[in-house]
Amino acid sequence: MQAESVGRFHRALPADLANDSFVSLRLVEERSEQLSLRKGVLEPPEVQLDVGAMVTVHEDGGLGYAATADLTESGLRHAIDRARSWARATAKVALFDPRTIAMPNPTGEYRTPVQRPFDDVPMAERIALLHELGACVGDDPRFVDWETSLYAVLTRTRYVTSHGGDVMQELHHLAPDITLVASADGVVQKRSTGQRGMAQQGGWEVIDRVGIRSLGPRLREEAIALLTAPDCPAGDMHLLLDPGQMMLQIHESIGHPLELDRILGDERNYAGRSFVTPEMFGSYRYGSELLDVTFDPTRPEEFASYGWDDEGAAATRVHLIRNGVLEAGLGSVVSQHRSGIPGVANARSTSWNRPPIDRMANLNVEPGTSTFDELVSQVERGVYMETNTSWSIDDSRNKFQFGCELGRIIEDGELKGLVRTPNYRGISATFWRSLVGVGDRSTFQVLGTPYCGKGEPNQIIRVGHASPACLFADVSVFGGA
Amino acid sequence: MRACFDTIADHIQGSIRGGEGFTLWLSGEDSDFARLNQGRVRQPGSVSQCSASLRLIQGRRHATVQVAISGEQSGDLARIDHALDRLRAVLPHLPDDPHLLINETVSSSDDDRSGARPDARQMVDALLEEGDGLDLVGIVASGSVFRGFANHLGQRNWFARSSFNLDWCLVHDADKAVKCSLADFSFDRAAVTARMADARRQLEVLRRPSRTIEPGRYRAWLTPSAVSEVLGVLNWGGFSLKGLKTGHSPLRRFWNGDDQLDDRVDLIEDVAGGIAPDFQADGFRRPAQVQIFEGGRMVGALASPRSAREYGVPTTGAGSNELPESLSLAAGDIATGTELSRLENGLYIGNLWYTNFSDRAACRITGMTRFATFWVQGGEIVCPVDVMRFDETLGQLLGSGLEGLSEAAEFQPSNMTYFERSTQSVRCPGALVSEMRFTL
Repeated sequence: MQAESVGRFHRALPADLANDSFVSLRLVEERSEQLSLRKGVLEPPEVQLDVGAMVTVHEDGGLGYAATADLTESGLRHAIDRARSWARATAKVALFDPRTIAMPNPTGEYRTPVQRPFDDVPMAERIALLHELGACVGDDPRFVDWETSLYAVLTRTRYVTSHGGDVMQELHHLAPDITLVASADGVVQKRSTGQRGMAQQGGWEVIDRVGIRSLGPRLREEAIALLTAPDCPAGDMHLLLDPGQMMLQIHESIGHPLELDRILGDERNYAGRSFVTPEMFGSYRYGSELLDVTFDPTRPEEFASYGWDDEGAAATRVHLIRNGVLEAGLGSVVSQHRSGIPGVANARSTSWNRPPIDRMANLNVEPGTSTFDELVSQVERGVYMETNTSWSIDDSRNKFQFGCELGRIIEDGELKGLVRTPNYRGISATFWRSLVGVGDRSTFQVLGTPYCGKGEPNQIIRVGHASPACLFADVSVFGGA
Repeated sequence: MRACFDTIADHIQGSIRGGEGFTLWLSGEDSDFARLNQGRVRQPGSVSQCSASLRLIQGRRHATVQVAISGEQSGDLARIDHALDRLRAVLPHLPDDPHLLINETVSSSDDDRSGARPDARQMVDALLEEGDGLDLVGIVASGSVFRGFANHLGQRNWFARSSFNLDWCLVHDADKAVKCSLADFSFDRAAVTARMADARRQLEVLRRPSRTIEPGRYRAWLTPSAVSEVLGVLNWGGFSLKGLKTGHSPLRRFWNGDDQLDDRVDLIEDVAGGIAPDFQADGFRRPAQVQIFEGGRMVGALASPRSAREYGVPTTGAGSNELPESLSLAAGDIATGTELSRLENGLYIGNLWYTNFSDRAACRITGMTRFATFWVQGGEIVCPVDVMRFDETLGQLLGSGLEGLSEAAEFQPSNMTYFERSTQSVRCPGALVSEMRFTL
């Protein structure tokens, strides 16, 4: 179907396009499947079969887009006309002249490496896995709610430009999930895999690769133990974060502040601005010397990998922060041109119905040299936290407060008992400078989530975050009411 | 799209076999969006999108396939046929669903007020011209939205609206800005002129040197916009019957009767007063109002058909996520124009942002001030205040700490456009709070 649509697009291209005009077609076919088992009852399966295209036109100094599910030649011609009409109508009041930007015109193909496609797994096997993951609950009446689920997405895109670009990509995503809710004596505690935090690219092999089959019993024991655990203590102390909470910490206080469209002001009405300013790139000490952050859409199993972004820029691994110093931002070809700041291939859109904007994709903290035990041994008094459950940060991405499902006291270099409702707060601009320990590869996990919201019109997009466990000093930690 | 919807519904009705039932939910829009930054156009465009969710039912087995609808009939019907084939293939592999609740009371409706489509380019021109010389950032969203339901029993429901939603900021500097919104069914440039003139006056106050306050407890006036953000975080499972029954709702202490809000707090899901359709994706009609808090006590919850079956109660016509779509907090008696004098000394909070629970069981909420918060002394605005983090319980904000609610409740259509333009809304007054805890 994509080949036919590409042919129609080329036939629908206006004959009177000027040489400095640019037209692109981004076709998206996506099949997503949601299968959940709640308290032993299979929820009705849901499948989404989405298909559509976005046409973008740069003409006369303006730009415009039009999204349509009508992929007939007349449908695509109408979309081109609509996009063209926007470009012409707003050219004189456009924020920048797109003719000054050399848009990529790539050719090639990219496919997620897949051993066993999700589609090849019989329904009975999928359901059996959900029962297997939930079996840890047994008949314990303290589990008032529990759910296991699978979320699989197959995305096929084709990006074609009026200047010869033609890229085909096929991305396979799978997110297995466990959520357990236990209750006793008026106390309710949840343990889970986070916001579909075990999401990766790949086929059915993701299930074993992320190790979710063995996770249920541990989550079960922790949920029960948290019911009678004391509240998290309050005070300034060391904070050790697992990769699950690091995912959120990286996302909110490194990822979003480094998005060039925020720095350029595009997001000030909705998602916000950034405390990072253009002159910081190249010299600003974002974190301690232990901090190395990469944008890496080339890691094949990570959730937001791809070969090219949605404006055709080739995906490459880029160091954003090296030895704690800020080097590059999260900005697309367009944002790099507008800002003059080095960026990455991250023009991404939710689907065919939204225009590309600067997004995170895979944003990772590189592993260090300490084992988990060595990180713990550094701590005289602190808390270890796992699995994000609450997140809030100001519109400059600076003052934050995050909470986790599970806390564990660290005293005199040893892990002690569990504590519940662990929270901490800090300021991005200084928090990463308090990084005093970075876990080695034995603590490193490749995680991700489908839920990053941003943009006007609003978009939710998939991101990947890989990280080791990390240790921070002098963090304000506290518990529940 | 109405004709398209009827064609699809008729086609499915003619395609189902003996022993099969179906529900069809059609949702779509034809919208224009123009993104603005620095008083210029950043990214303008149009989106035509529509999806059809077809649920096939055989006895107590059921599953759903959602397909994209283009408006091109032969392609659309082929996709529907493909969905039917796929559903027929999967149903034999599924167990019976004990929580399936089918609407068996046929209740059709037709509420089409699509009318003339507001012209987005006029709105762009109006905003840029009225905001000339200012750092204006925001979005124009305009066009038609439609929803349709059909089932094998012959029920048909149709809802269509043409509307616009302008949402913008006039930025003074960095994070200091005047937030503005304007939404309606037909566009009147004079409304933009008036709103922009008002915003320019507010901008002058923002130009005063700002103050950074120390963490601590402060008396506060929350504007209706700020109150709606507090109510908004409660949507995260707060009003959900499933959340309340499983103890995961942040409101469970109120549901259990262990706590209550101020006796002036009356909160309803006000379908009749909102702008969302009065039917949901399973075909259940929504009652005009569902009382949630009455006299400060939690008296109701939102029950999806599925939860209704599971817990043996009537459904309130809530969607599967049991979110409110037209929440309404009753107004109080603080007269318009007296807000600052009633506050006397403290914080006038224009907007809150990024709220979440710091202790879900205690319904303790954290979040940030945003755009415009002012220090008030002697009933007069003194200066802007730098952004601060609050961390406070709902019981304090709308319970023991609540001194009063404004007599004017503001209707706020949602500006959300995730997946598609929202039809949700909130109506709420401002709130005077004796003490609110700020932490960072």
